[in-house]
Amino acid sequence: MPTISVSNSGWGLLDTQGITQNFSKSDPVKQLAPGVVLVGRYLIQDVIGVGGMGSVYRARDMHFPNVVKLVAVKEMINQGRDQVVRQTIIQNFEREANILVTLNHFSIPKIFDYFSHDERSYLVLEYVHGKDLEAILSETQGMLAEDQVIGWAIEICDVLEYLHGHKPEPIIFRDMKPSNIMINHQSHVVLVDFGIAKAFQTGQKGTMIGTEGYSPPEQYRGDATQRADIYSLGATIHHLLTKRDPRLEPPFSFGERPIRQLNPAVSAELEAVVQTALQYNPEERFPTATEFKNALLAAAKKTGALDRIKVPNVSSDQMIKPVWVFRCEDEVRGSPTYDLGMIFVGSYDNNLYGLDAVQGEFRWKYPTDGGIVTKPFVSNELVFAGSEDGRIYAVSTKTGRLAWSHQVEKPIRSSPRVADGLVYFGADDGYLHSLNIISTRREFRFDAGVAVRSSPAMSNEFIYFGNEDGDFFCIDYHGQLKWRFRAKRAITGTALVVAGVVYFTSLDGSVYALDAKSGWVLWRFRMLKGSISTPCRVESFVFVGSADGYIYCLDANTAKEIWRYETGHQVSGSPVVHNDTVYCGSADGKMYALDYKTGRVRWKFVTGGPITSTPVIANDVVYFGSSDHMVYALMA
Amino acid sequence: MVNYFKKWFSKKEPEIKPVAIKTAPLDAAELESVTAPIPMNPPQLVVGTGQSIGLQRDHNEDTLYAVSAILADGANETQFGLFMVADGMGGYEYGEVASSIAARATTQYILSKVYLPHVNPEGDAPQESLQEIIETGIMKAQQLVRARAPGGGTTLTAAVLIGDQVTIAHVGDSRAYFVHPGGRIELLTQDHSLVHRLVELGQITEEEALIHPNRNVLYRALGQPEPFKPDIQTFEMPHPGFLMICSDGLWGTVDDAKMMRIVSDAKNPSEACSKLVEAANETGGPDNISVVLVEYL
Repeated sequence: MPTISVSNSGWGLLDTQGITQNFSKSDPVKQLAPGVVLVGRYLIQDVIGVGGMGSVYRARDMHFPNVVKLVAVKEMINQGRDQVVRQTIIQNFEREANILVTLNHFSIPKIFDYFSHDERSYLVLEYVHGKDLEAILSETQGMLAEDQVIGWAIEICDVLEYLHGHKPEPIIFRDMKPSNIMINHQSHVVLVDFGIAKAFQTGQKGTMIGTEGYSPPEQYRGDATQRADIYSLGATIHHLLTKRDPRLEPPFSFGERPIRQLNPAVSAELEAVVQTALQYNPEERFPTATEFKNALLAAAKKTGALDRIKVPNVSSDQMIKPVWVFRCEDEVRGSPTYDLGMIFVGSYDNNLYGLDAVQGEFRWKYPTDGGIVTKPFVSNELVFAGSEDGRIYAVSTKTGRLAWSHQVEKPIRSSPRVADGLVYFGADDGYLHSLNIISTRREFRFDAGVAVRSSPAMSNEFIYFGNEDGDFFCIDYHGQLKWRFRAKRAITGTALVVAGVVYFTSLDGSVYALDAKSGWVLWRFRMLKGSISTPCRVESFVFVGSADGYIYCLDANTAKEIWRYETGHQVSGSPVVHNDTVYCGSADGKMYALDYKTGRVRWKFVTGGPITSTPVIANDVVYFGSSDHMVYALMA
Repeated sequence: MVNYFKKWFSKKEPEIKPVAIKTAPLDAAELESVTAPIPMNPPQLVVGTGQSIGLQRDHNEDTLYAVSAILADGANETQFGLFMVADGMGGYEYGEVASSIAARATTQYILSKVYLPHVNPEGDAPQESLQEIIETGIMKAQQLVRARAPGGGTTLTAAVLIGDQVTIAHVGDSRAYFVHPGGRIELLTQDHSLVHRLVELGQITEEEALIHPNRNVLYRALGQPEPFKPDIQTFEMPHPGFLMICSDGLWGTVDDAKMMRIVSDAKNPSEACSKLVEAANETGGPDNISVVLVEYL
């Protein structure tokens, strides 16, 4: 790799925070210690910022011994390789300082002095009491108000107008970003950190690092024009409105994250103005700061007017008609199962139902002695279901007649799974049970300590499940523990095992991804609240619901959120993907069908009660239950 | 060397009388039967590395690191591997310092947070996830590079393999690939380079990117003054298959098809690495070359 040239970034931070790095003792570039007096006049008090070129200090001007006059002292360390280069750098610096000292605008700090000695040059300027926008952004809960941001943006356009109109040469600010914009105690904008540091970065070629997200593409051609400042201001406004830091995103990717997608409260007018400023081609942006300002003013006027008109939500909630509906005698909290043209579903009315999948006609019901909240499992022409009465039942799929039942000591809220002639299920008695489905003999029971409500997930001869204490277990088919993991709170949802990774949620608010072989946590994703939802993976997308009301779509490799969709209430059911649609119910009573890549609603279907049931999809029909006592069949 | 192996692998020196058997080169089918992969128990990692200053530079600014381990105790068997390449840059002789510091700091953090707890008989698995640990390790490396190599910078592409899952952290333009059996090479990382971004945006073509004046400009590297986040992704490790990490001294000079051919044809990862380095130098060796190749048997 060739040489390095630090970009124009990271220099300023003329404020009271923003010290982002540790200077160790062995640092070759020594900072000035508090107490040092520069040129017999400026008493260094503290470091207020650190950048690539040197530090920024708060200092007291000792020419005013009877009052405390604070100044900011910017230090630039001359990194020129030889005497000639160093001399050129100093000359450039002094020339620019001479330009800046003539500027007179209330949004530009006054320059009092400059001097150079040894390999360092200093600029002494007005100390601004206030906070920079980066600090304000990080301290603000939620989003900044649009009016506030427009106000600042208009002031910045003002000062850009002044700079760009400078004679004989326009002055290009070059480094517009939240950390270079201070809001002073009078709530006005002050630009800090002018491009003066540029002089210290010349003479290097080759690999450059640190290009930041606020800079326009043409900066790489070395062009710095008015339209570059306009782009950077657009980028800054985008960051302020969306809280999405462009330095953490690929360059020039604003078009891929429209403002209103991240912050729907922003007006379409403002979004359009910012979009114009952020055009890739300079010719398509506002040609001048004045035009940018006028567009902002126009948007502000328009939205002020629009504010008073509430745009009604035109999309009707009920977008589709059910294929059929079946009424149970109580809530249907559990999930249905499809097998050979039949739907099997339990209800809080104690019955296990067998329904015709095409017409929704009643075929049979089997009454247990407790509500059924589990999802039935079909194997060997038997339907298995656990009940609140503490029994697991095996019922004939055809007739609904009982084949056998088996009593455990506490309610069964974990759904059974059958593999190799054994049925596995957890119970509130703290065990994971394994019974032979023919002889009903106990194969083993695994002591999990506390209630097991999560359903066993089977993969590769291993069984994965959690308990209400937050333990997660991997055991083999003989009930031998292979590994365990501990989450902070209960693991009630069922695990999903795909491509050697186990995904599950916990009431601690995390989605976990563990190496199925070793139990190592590969990643976790934090939701706003706990979850009992079972993840679903399609391609490299992981879908999951949460009590925070969102349906999330995560990237299975990076654990990054791809989209999330806000429902009206907790999402306790689990998402299911069919073709290119995610189906998921919410406690707001609606079943949602969302585009799986974008999270956009295809349709939603309103029921009369919370939906905790996970849909099952067969032959392009979506089946699920609701607390309104109904079982629904909808076209997918 | 030969004596060394003799010492270890023969109990005593038997008197071998050469027997008059004629050997002929095996035909392809016979060769196949001899070289068909033997299932390994426990499955294991075989590692090769290669590095060269190239033919046009006067010093090496690349750093590579590789460690592989296995713990099999009957109840469990866990493969562990940590592999990385860092490609330093910087005008003040800080390039090699930056890459070495970054690789060491990241390695030290990951081994102490991931590997040592894993072999500790009384240890508990860490609460943080592997992706979080790796990210913290890279942030520590970033701080150290900023402090010890100011003005210098480095790429860093690191892979942590646990069990069958490999987690790759990436900053800059070094690359990680999977080479699947049957001849498919899969690029896992996205270069954090300006030209790559311009290609993505459709502003320039791949061909233009190769000669673009700013082809060396990275928008993300350790040592940069601005904050950043590494790209971190977890994949299922191809089994059988290869993981390859290399600096641009290799991928910028040898095309995918050739890299794949060399990897597939070599007897073992070490031989493959030395042939990859050779191939890069045959093009003129414009840059430092580093490569780590891991085969999962």
